[in-house]
Amino acid sequence: MNGPALSLEGVRKSFGENEVLRGIDLVVEPHEVVCLIGASGSGKSTLLKCVNLTEPVDSGRIVVEGEEITAEGVNVNRVRRKIGIVFQAFNLFPHMTVLQNITLAPREVLKMDRKAAEGRASELLERFGLLDKRDEYPDRLSGGQQQRAAIVRALAMRPSVMLLDEVTSALDPELVAEVLGVIRGLAEEGMTMLIATHEMGFARDIANRVCFLEAGTILEQGPPERIFTSPENPRTRRFLQRIIAAGRL
Amino acid sequence: MTTRGPGPADSLEPSPPRDRGSKMLGGRAVLVSSLSTILFFAVIAAIVVLAPGSEIVAERFFDPFHLRQSFLGTESEPSVVGAFLLNVYIFTISEVFILILALVIAVVRGIPGPIFFPFRMVAIAYTDLFRGIPLILVLYIIGFGVPGLGLAGLSYLSDVTYGIIALVLVYSAYVAEVYRAGIESVHESQNAAARSLGLSRWQSLRFVILPQAIRRVIPPLLNDFIGLQKDTALVSVLGSIEAARAAQIYGASQFNYASYVVAALLFVLITIPLARFTDRLIARDKRRRQAGAVA
Repeated sequence: MNGPALSLEGVRKSFGENEVLRGIDLVVEPHEVVCLIGASGSGKSTLLKCVNLTEPVDSGRIVVEGEEITAEGVNVNRVRRKIGIVFQAFNLFPHMTVLQNITLAPREVLKMDRKAAEGRASELLERFGLLDKRDEYPDRLSGGQQQRAAIVRALAMRPSVMLLDEVTSALDPELVAEVLGVIRGLAEEGMTMLIATHEMGFARDIANRVCFLEAGTILEQGPPERIFTSPENPRTRRFLQRIIAAGRL
Repeated sequence: MTTRGPGPADSLEPSPPRDRGSKMLGGRAVLVSSLSTILFFAVIAAIVVLAPGSEIVAERFFDPFHLRQSFLGTESEPSVVGAFLLNVYIFTISEVFILILALVIAVVRGIPGPIFFPFRMVAIAYTDLFRGIPLILVLYIIGFGVPGLGLAGLSYLSDVTYGIIALVLVYSAYVAEVYRAGIESVHESQNAAARSLGLSRWQSLRFVILPQAIRRVIPPLLNDFIGLQKDTALVSVLGSIEAARAAQIYGASQFNYASYVVAALLFVLITIPLARFTDRLIARDKRRRQAGAVA
């Protein structure tokens, strides 16, 4: 694979009068883990939704593995296979078992046969310590288990990029670690990831690069050690001071 | 006490208020409820028996001989229970078509995009129209209007078939709205999750949205079907001899209305199982939701 895994060029997005993204330029190299930090409403989630084509961009380009996905006439369903997304609220399908949740898309979208899809799902479940939950319904699982199942569901499509949208925000504090552990494992295996997070310690630990968003623009980006210890932009500094004051770093 | 349901509260401590409630029901409450039941029915019985026309009513409506004879039928009068089989036939066939047609209408109404505007309009007009017209008028219009058209495939069907068509048209409009409420009750994030995995709009609807929507609307759906079972009696206006009509024929020639009581009992008899089944599904749903909320 040559070139970046994902690149955004001048991406803009408004909801009515409210301009949420004001020209985002961002390049994510293969196997890179990029964390988006910033206050609520800074545009992190919207950025991920645009990459997933859940929200159409107003202007600018998004390119995934050399293909412009924001071009006219692009097959949205085909593009989304390459991009896995995990949501804050898990969004598992409550009427399906964990196994059915995971095998639905491989079977219906990739047309894998049942056996192959279940084999792959079981492999992933084993790796993430959920094999004994494969026949349970989501409401029988803890929040951490549900979120891990949701990550497995996205991975089952073998995406080339994973987008994680505040994946630990809905979890009880004692369940956060197990989900972060899973993401750390993915990073070590070389999964390309774009992560919106409030977990500064985690971002510092896992990211190759941290981007600080404010009011729809990337104000500052760089390796985590620099961003977290000597941020250049005064607003980044102020944001981090608030985070430290709140005991979140 | 072993009647406690599963739940996390159980592991913490036995729930004393509920135990006390059960004990009370075991003693004084049973006594009170029995007494009030006896008194209640005694009053009703007294009113009926003491009414000035009670003897005539007993003879006209509850005469054992006529109850039995209308049930079985005579050489010149149709058996009410035999005719009731036609009602069963009508609602069984109707239900199948209603379930399908209503789902199509509900789905069409929810398709977004400007291209599908005319389809949405047709679906909306359909539900507005057939929910607005009284069933009996639809029966007349279909049953007497379509044969008058002289169309090769459509105009020479049986009265029962026209009756079924009218029932399907009217009830599909109601059931479509029930489906639609179910579809709209499934949170948009479910669709977002399905689409993000690469499922098409149609696949998302089929595998993710509809299974959840239909599960949620089963109780109101069964409720509509209970209504349908009774409304099959109206098909008799087209000339079909179903239970209500057979009872009427018997009453008119024998001057005894025990046949109506027989027909009424048959309708009740077939409705009760469905009603209890609906109750059970509602209770099960409630349990599930509570279990879900706890987890």
